[in-house]
Amino acid sequence: MSELTLTVMRLGFLAVLWLFVIVAVQVIRSDLFGTRVTQRGARRADDRSRPPQQRQQQVQQPPRPQPQNNRQRRGAPTKLVVAEGSLAGTTVALQGQTITLGRAHDSTIVLDDDYASSRHARIYPDTDGQWIVEDLGSTNGTYLDRNRLTTPTPVPLGAPIRIGKTVIELRK
Amino acid sequence: MSASNTTTITSIGAPNRRNTELAMLVFAVAIPVFAFANAGLAKHGTVPAGLAEYGLGMGLLAGIAHLIVRKFAPYSDPLMLPIATLLNGLGLVLIWRLDQEPVLGKAMAPGQLEWSTMGIVLFVVVLIFLKDHRILQRYTYISMVLALCLLIAPVFFPPVYGARIWITLPGLGSLQPGEFAKIIIAIFFAGYLMVKRDALALASRRFMGLYLPRGRDLGPILVIWALSLLILVFETDLGTSLLFFGLFVIMLYVATERTSWIVFGLLLSAAGAVAVGSTEAHVKVRVQDWLHPLALQNGGVTETAQSRYAFGSGGLFGSGLGEGYSRLIGGIASKSDYILATVGEELGLAGVMAILLLYGLLIERGLRTALAARDPFGKLLAVGLSGGLALQVFVVAGGVTGLIPLTGMTMPFLAQGGSSVIANWALVAILLRISDTARRPAPSPAPSPDAEATQVVRSQ
Repeated sequence: MSELTLTVMRLGFLAVLWLFVIVAVQVIRSDLFGTRVTQRGARRADDRSRPPQQRQQQVQQPPRPQPQNNRQRRGAPTKLVVAEGSLAGTTVALQGQTITLGRAHDSTIVLDDDYASSRHARIYPDTDGQWIVEDLGSTNGTYLDRNRLTTPTPVPLGAPIRIGKTVIELRK
Repeated sequence: MSASNTTTITSIGAPNRRNTELAMLVFAVAIPVFAFANAGLAKHGTVPAGLAEYGLGMGLLAGIAHLIVRKFAPYSDPLMLPIATLLNGLGLVLIWRLDQEPVLGKAMAPGQLEWSTMGIVLFVVVLIFLKDHRILQRYTYISMVLALCLLIAPVFFPPVYGARIWITLPGLGSLQPGEFAKIIIAIFFAGYLMVKRDALALASRRFMGLYLPRGRDLGPILVIWALSLLILVFETDLGTSLLFFGLFVIMLYVATERTSWIVFGLLLSAAGAVAVGSTEAHVKVRVQDWLHPLALQNGGVTETAQSRYAFGSGGLFGSGLGEGYSRLIGGIASKSDYILATVGEELGLAGVMAILLLYGLLIERGLRTALAARDPFGKLLAVGLSGGLALQVFVVAGGVTGLIPLTGMTMPFLAQGGSSVIANWALVAILLRISDTARRPAPSPAPSPDAEATQVVRSQ
């Protein structure tokens, strides 16, 4: 066997071995899994930075489809999304109706949650279209962000409303 | 309103990666075949006679393993099986290559091929019959007893090359129970620590930045330490003792998140190693070889020095497969303990690094499985199994390269040794089972009877 062939094979073998390692690393790269946070963080930051007056001015605007990363045009919430809990992913369109939450079967969103009362809370638009959340005297309380509600409170876009293990948000 | 711009946290399910695994597996079979042809050409000038059979056999075994994974663990990690196959195949080639040196004793590659086949059979059996790794949790204390029996058994058999790590079954040959005990004791530690970790983590006082556990919680670590010292004294085997104590410390650290356990573990193992290393004859010889590799023994330098010569003469790219002088290492274990020296000589630094990276990737996939696993037992078990693999690679590679005193352990998959290859295939099978459970997409929730109530109610 010629020396040249053997040298080529020797280096070729090392190259192939390293190629395997590199391909394996590429497989790991394409194999990342876990959870993906989609836009939500960015959108919340936007909402916090926005002064409340501006929000109220915009409340009257009709909902319309908007580009997702547009910081300029913002509308009123158009849907209510269950972000956590057994009903996670459920959305309810906001069309001016009152939404009731609780374990009672006639609630708009029936909460299957040990910590929820039968008529736990309601979310309704006030006269100028601002969405308000009100606790209906529940046992374990309704939380907006981290504060337990005592009075009807306006709900900012994207603020988490917590009932037991369920988290609800208003979104565009 | 369409749900298209819904912004939510969605879990990205790990996709089923079986086709990737198949592609990698083809690659992993092709590389050893190439290496085999290379070694044969270099050694005899012709392609070795058994090349086609070898390639087909490896391909067949890997294919069967792949089909079983596809059927019984469809969401498991795509890299573990190819990496294990590649290491096993390269090991077979290296052993075949060393078989071509008549001074190194009888041919061992055919035997190793049989052991590898049995390893794959055990891999298949574990995947088929172990439907869920949590079943192992039931056998926590049984595994403890079993592991102790396996660890103690070799004491009653005569020492082989100075270490009592073998048991000999008349008519069946001999096996190293320590390799199997490694898996079984990981099961025990995982089950035990899952229950006890809160007590070990929380009931502690803070002292100089370290959490000092209560005296009674120190009990288990001291018992394991004493046990590993007993192994060291009665079986005169540094590797096994290091493996078990290290495994326990790793799992304790992972279970409790307390760095103090690592500090205690290092202190205790250092104290134990020094005490036994300066008194016990066989261990003392190993330590002397390590400290003074160039001391003359029987007219030549020690094996440790020979293996370092091998690494040195390999240089950056090595001499090429089949063109080294591994026969000069002599000794008794050039196909098992010193096989990394052959890699170092014939594939050079580049080859050794690639091999070590392959082990690193295998261990990383194990730890990734532990991260992804949802149950604490699975997490601890995956950490324990991959930690055991990591320690074993460290002990062997460290011993051969002169970092720590050499000890009789085998490089997983690469080195000659039946027990080792069988046990490691079982280990990979358990890791694949855990990773299949961890990566399986969550089942879609059953439609609830109240689902109809969750809809838009228009009041107008």
